[in-house]
Amino acid sequence: MEHSKEDQAKSEDQKINKAQDPNPRFASEGCSVLLDVNDGDRLVFARLSGGAIFKIGNTNYSLKPLIGAPFGSLFQVETGEDGSFLSRILPVKKESTSVNVVDDDARDNRELIDDNESQNLTCEEIEAMRREGAKGDEIIEALIANSKTFDKKFQLSQEKYKLKKQKKYAPKVLLRRPFARRFIRVDALSLLLTMANVTAYSDVLVVDMVGGLVTGAVAERLGGTGYVCNTYKGDSPSSVDMVKMFNFTDKIRERIVHSSINELSSAKTAPPEENNQQDSSASDMVEDVSVTAEARVDDIAVRESKITKAPQPGAKASKEAVEMWKENGFSSLIMAAQDQDPWTLAKDVLPLLSYSAPFAIYHQYLQPLATCMHNLQQGKMAINLQITEPWLREYQVLPSRTHPHMQMSSFGGYVLSGIRISTT
Amino acid sequence: MLPTESKKALSFKRCIEDGDLVIVYERHDVMKPVKVTKDGVLQNRFGFYRHSDWIGKPLGTKVLSNKGKFVYLLAPTPELWTLVLSHRTQILYIADISFVVMYLEVVPGCVVLESGTGSGSLSTSLARAVAPTGHVYSFDFHEQRAVCAREDFEKTGISSLVTVEVRDIQGQGFPEKLSGLADSVFLDLPQPWLAVPSAAKMLKEDGVICSFSPCIEQVQRTCEVLRSDFIEIRTFEVLLRTYEVKEMKVETGAMIGESHDEEDNGGQRPSKRKHISNDDGYAISQDNSSSATSTVMARPCSEARGHTGYLTFARLQCLS
Repeated sequence: MEHSKEDQAKSEDQKINKAQDPNPRFASEGCSVLLDVNDGDRLVFARLSGGAIFKIGNTNYSLKPLIGAPFGSLFQVETGEDGSFLSRILPVKKESTSVNVVDDDARDNRELIDDNESQNLTCEEIEAMRREGAKGDEIIEALIANSKTFDKKFQLSQEKYKLKKQKKYAPKVLLRRPFARRFIRVDALSLLLTMANVTAYSDVLVVDMVGGLVTGAVAERLGGTGYVCNTYKGDSPSSVDMVKMFNFTDKIRERIVHSSINELSSAKTAPPEENNQQDSSASDMVEDVSVTAEARVDDIAVRESKITKAPQPGAKASKEAVEMWKENGFSSLIMAAQDQDPWTLAKDVLPLLSYSAPFAIYHQYLQPLATCMHNLQQGKMAINLQITEPWLREYQVLPSRTHPHMQMSSFGGYVLSGIRISTT
Repeated sequence: MLPTESKKALSFKRCIEDGDLVIVYERHDVMKPVKVTKDGVLQNRFGFYRHSDWIGKPLGTKVLSNKGKFVYLLAPTPELWTLVLSHRTQILYIADISFVVMYLEVVPGCVVLESGTGSGSLSTSLARAVAPTGHVYSFDFHEQRAVCAREDFEKTGISSLVTVEVRDIQGQGFPEKLSGLADSVFLDLPQPWLAVPSAAKMLKEDGVICSFSPCIEQVQRTCEVLRSDFIEIRTFEVLLRTYEVKEMKVETGAMIGESHDEEDNGGQRPSKRKHISNDDGYAISQDNSSSATSTVMARPCSEARGHTGYLTFARLQCLS
């Protein structure tokens, strides 16, 4: 009896720990997830509420089966009596194809004519099979059996054909932890975090005009310590909506604050204010992410029957925090302000850093950064100044088929980095 | 290097103390790590500097040599450390390091396994990412290098976050006791495919592995073995292109380079360009002619790194 009580207490502890786990392994109700359709072909953000619906092709599927599943689990479309639904499948260990077979394969496409008459089955026949509850794999087998040209194809071409049909008739959905990668390419974002030495217990000043992407990424690396303070000209902070996608625990969310440049720079302390929560945008409409270098963009949104409000991050920085920063300075700065002139912002914001603090300024245009760098040099405000452009290329690695991807992101922005020094 | 509690937060005005590690910055390409001691002296082409003059000064300030030339004293960061550490092996640089840390999803509290340790360049950045509650277990089969790495981690103050063990991961795999505990695994080995099955045992489900290899043949073999237990296998290359910035005074009414013909154009002489190197080593062209506007121009640096290695990432399949 004693044993089971201890076990119970232990599992309760584990549950609490799981809730505060910085890296949860299961998709809970209401959390943000990333749905990966057909191995990266389409990436969609979604919020897992009970009523969430996801469209693949022409059919709507409920996302309910995904609640409680571990990240990394795979789902396939199944047809039952009540219609089509997403069902969890356990992956089968893949066997490696022998390369020798490919070398001996002498087939090629010299006799294949693209006249749309290679397939004997008609659209109506395929539809009928679907309505009768045929599994995706069964349809694919039927397509192959009814193809006049399949046997004439080179083996790798046969594999390509089969994969293409699988994606259409037996689409798979992979449940993934969300990563926010809009506006800034992943390598550029990672460069900003590294160049700005973002780590626990640091006070990071951020000018984030990319929807909260940078703020969220910094908060993730702070892990619930230190602060990430979003600053801005004028009175109203820019939106940091994207932070919602990171599924932060309260501990981490608390470290995300904002304060205007005026407040941070003024000699006098601003009068104490209530912690204002930012107005939440009413709907939780979910959108496909434009993930350059990773997937093509779809404009289909996930609709929800119930609108859930996520708790909003980004409270106003407390008086104590502002005082502390005025006294000591921030430990680093990241600027991602697309349409602003970097020098105009930098000259106001750089003095808020402590000496020897690193900074990284991201911009889509080179010239304004060059001017900013020049001015910083002239004013002796910083050293170790450098303008860098990140370059990223992905490869397809398959036996006998290794080469860079056909499509590539040509542009990742520019980063001006440096270290703030004392001007005296 | 890394604050381990809020009192030692990075942003607190840090004054140099006896025993601190500082980075002495002469120019963007001339930097050196120095341990500050009461009686220490630094000698360089500018003369000599007494450490005792440094103690009590805030980081980020200039200090003068006996000849009146100055250098800057900077707080060490993993980036600066990568540029100044002694290379016992070829190291990873910021482009690969930053991409790896992000793609491996390393956040505070994570447990990361790494092999080989090499010169500790990546290890230092991994330590930064897992601090204060996570840990890096780093393995190298070369005893001397493991010793040097441990010394470096002591120097940079991260030894509580990194454990270095001498072990041949290709031959023996990772230690059993770490099974199922790793959030991420990083491999920088000559034959990483030999270590992949063991890495799979170490990783939590949906954990991420990364393998760094200079040669495409290594990548191909690694991917083949990865396919048994991993999904979302992706291979990338990351590089950085740097730009140089120059201020050029352009003569109004004349194009640059047009002033060859002194005889014909009534007195316009080719302008004398004085090249001034400022402290930072950047060349600034100055034109002595009047009636000129200055433009700041940028162009890619002529020297660039062409290749370091391919980065292959994959996630451990969920089988339960």
